[in-house]
Amino acid sequence: MFTVIITLAIIASLFGIILAYSAIRFKVEGDPVVDQIDALLPQTQCGQCTYPGCRPYAEAIANGEADINQCPPGGEVTIMALADLLDVEFKPLNAEHGEEKTLPTIVRIDEQTCIGCTLCIQACPVDAILGAAKQMHTVIEKECTGCNLCIPPCPVDCIHIFEVNPTVRSWVAEFPEADSAAPLAG
Amino acid sequence: MKLTTTISKFDGGLTLVAYKHLSTGSAISCMEECKEYVLPLQQHIGAISQPLVKPGDRVLKGQMLAKPGDLVSAAVHSPVSGTVKDITAHDVPHISGLQDKCIIIENDFRDEWVEREPLGESYNQSTSHDLRKIIRDAGIVGLGGAVFPSSVKQTEINIRTLILNGVECEPYITCDDVLMRERAEEILSGADIIGHIIKARQCIIAIEDNKPEAISAMQAAIDKDGTGFFHIQVIPTVYPSGGEKQLIKIITNKEVPKGHFPAEIDVLCHNVATAYAIYRTIYFAEPLISRIATVTGHGVVQPQNIEVLIGTPMSACIQHCGGYSEDCDELIMGGPMMGFSLDTDNMPVVKATNCLLVTAKAENTHRQKHLPCIRCGKCVEVCPVRLLPQQLYWYASSKNTERLLEHNLFDCIECGCCAYVCPSDIPLVQYYRFAKTTIWQQERERRSSDIARQRHEAHQQRLEKQKQEREERLRQKRELLKSKTGDNESDDKSSKQAAIAEAVARAQAKKAEQSKNKSDK
Repeated sequence: MFTVIITLAIIASLFGIILAYSAIRFKVEGDPVVDQIDALLPQTQCGQCTYPGCRPYAEAIANGEADINQCPPGGEVTIMALADLLDVEFKPLNAEHGEEKTLPTIVRIDEQTCIGCTLCIQACPVDAILGAAKQMHTVIEKECTGCNLCIPPCPVDCIHIFEVNPTVRSWVAEFPEADSAAPLAG
Repeated sequence: MKLTTTISKFDGGLTLVAYKHLSTGSAISCMEECKEYVLPLQQHIGAISQPLVKPGDRVLKGQMLAKPGDLVSAAVHSPVSGTVKDITAHDVPHISGLQDKCIIIENDFRDEWVEREPLGESYNQSTSHDLRKIIRDAGIVGLGGAVFPSSVKQTEINIRTLILNGVECEPYITCDDVLMRERAEEILSGADIIGHIIKARQCIIAIEDNKPEAISAMQAAIDKDGTGFFHIQVIPTVYPSGGEKQLIKIITNKEVPKGHFPAEIDVLCHNVATAYAIYRTIYFAEPLISRIATVTGHGVVQPQNIEVLIGTPMSACIQHCGGYSEDCDELIMGGPMMGFSLDTDNMPVVKATNCLLVTAKAENTHRQKHLPCIRCGKCVEVCPVRLLPQQLYWYASSKNTERLLEHNLFDCIECGCCAYVCPSDIPLVQYYRFAKTTIWQQERERRSSDIARQRHEAHQQRLEKQKQEREERLRQKRELLKSKTGDNESDDKSSKQAAIAEAVARAQAKKAEQSKNKSDK
């Protein structure tokens, strides 16, 4: 009887030590779920989800505070990927947060009108606007995510949205038409 | 003298009605020059070329108009002498039907060449590196249709076997056939140059058995050469034997592993037309400014092969061949299996234009919309890459990227065999193209979002740093004030007054100096 209790106690404490050690030794820095969610978000940092950037939104999703359908730039593809990752039901984009764009957009500054106030530079979340006080500003189009955050602060309304048309290098083939709406279940 | 090695075969494939006789009746005919040439900056696989000229510049025939944009890229040259009219978006023969950046040259009909220094016979004293550089500068790409930059394929390592691809397995196309018939010796000279670059020990010329004239012409040239370096390998007529990996399997019975290059199994494969272009470059210092193209089909009056300058409008080529017949239907670039239809003929012949096929209305038998898959499995039988076309079709329809990649979507060579045999007329290749381009698009988006994330993080860090610096500055200033003034307001006042007094003294001194200067004058 005694031997059994002592043996079990020894085993229990042994496992306890192992667990305590591994909790310290293999401690995970940060929250991997947040990282995984953040990796799926489009990183426009536009704030349309009501959170101040993609990472805060990812944190909110991970904490169960936000829904997965609040990201218009990501659209259906992102919602599907998030549903897959978190193993929840897919839901259509919440129209309150905006509509999915058909084509990606960027902004350009009308350099004739720009007064060099630097307000747009401060608003840009990815530092894609180049310029200095009382100097003309310009958008580095390659880095522009199309978040449009620079438009409201502009006092002279010289920032305009442009659609990025597909080129032969970025073209996506159309989905072929079938007689039946969808193929038979695979 | 035929080599009697046994040849292998690949799985799948089709025997098709070839319609090759349509365009082999006459010799290669040379196109007359046109007024305007349109040269797309992207005629090859890889990065877009970078223009070296600007509108208004005078250019000479053979002058480089655009340099390679990256390692895998190709140069573009002027096909005529004249002036650069514009650099702008123009219709190009691309499956998307979109426009792309082109250099437009106006011909001055003076035919003035850029200065040339051909190497000629003495090329064998040059190093492989130098020859590769010449080939790269000449903008030479694979002319079988894949347009992969040739110099990139000719790697640094020595390769034992050079395979010259004269298979031309797709119906209707005969440009390589007539090239071998008419310019066999030149092709062999080109192959000699490639052989010298890669230190090849043998060169096997693969030709399908439906081209007896080409076989005998090449054999005659080989007999004349007499070095024993070349061998002809006649292979049975099966589509798509001309695919690089399929041909290597037939000739060597080795398969190129997934994601690897043929060079890794000691083989290099070049099209006969590419060898001919390399010959022109080394012997005449002539960059790739022309090619042989087949203009054929029941929708053209006089189907034939033409030697055409790159950039020539397609409409001019069709005109040269007697124009469209009355029941013409569709203009296709490439063959009936892998080609794609074009909306207009107001676009240039590019390096990839091996064939312009005009179909007649009677030939178009395909339904507009397709029927559901009945899982008959015919597509699996004909797939030359041993993929599972119907599985790929299901996954492409349901946009299941993960499964598509598991089923090796990107090994599909888009040969069209599966779609050809499909009893439901499912445009399978279109589904695969949709899936491939979608996956590429997702990949691009992922890359740009990664960059945006990094930039945003850098932005946040910068803001944080600026905030800290500002606080630090303020703190220092406060401390400075504290130590100077000792927390006393009257002290503060007196220090201000002292400063004012100092400034007044400075101003007076200045004034005095000025008045002194005046009196001196």
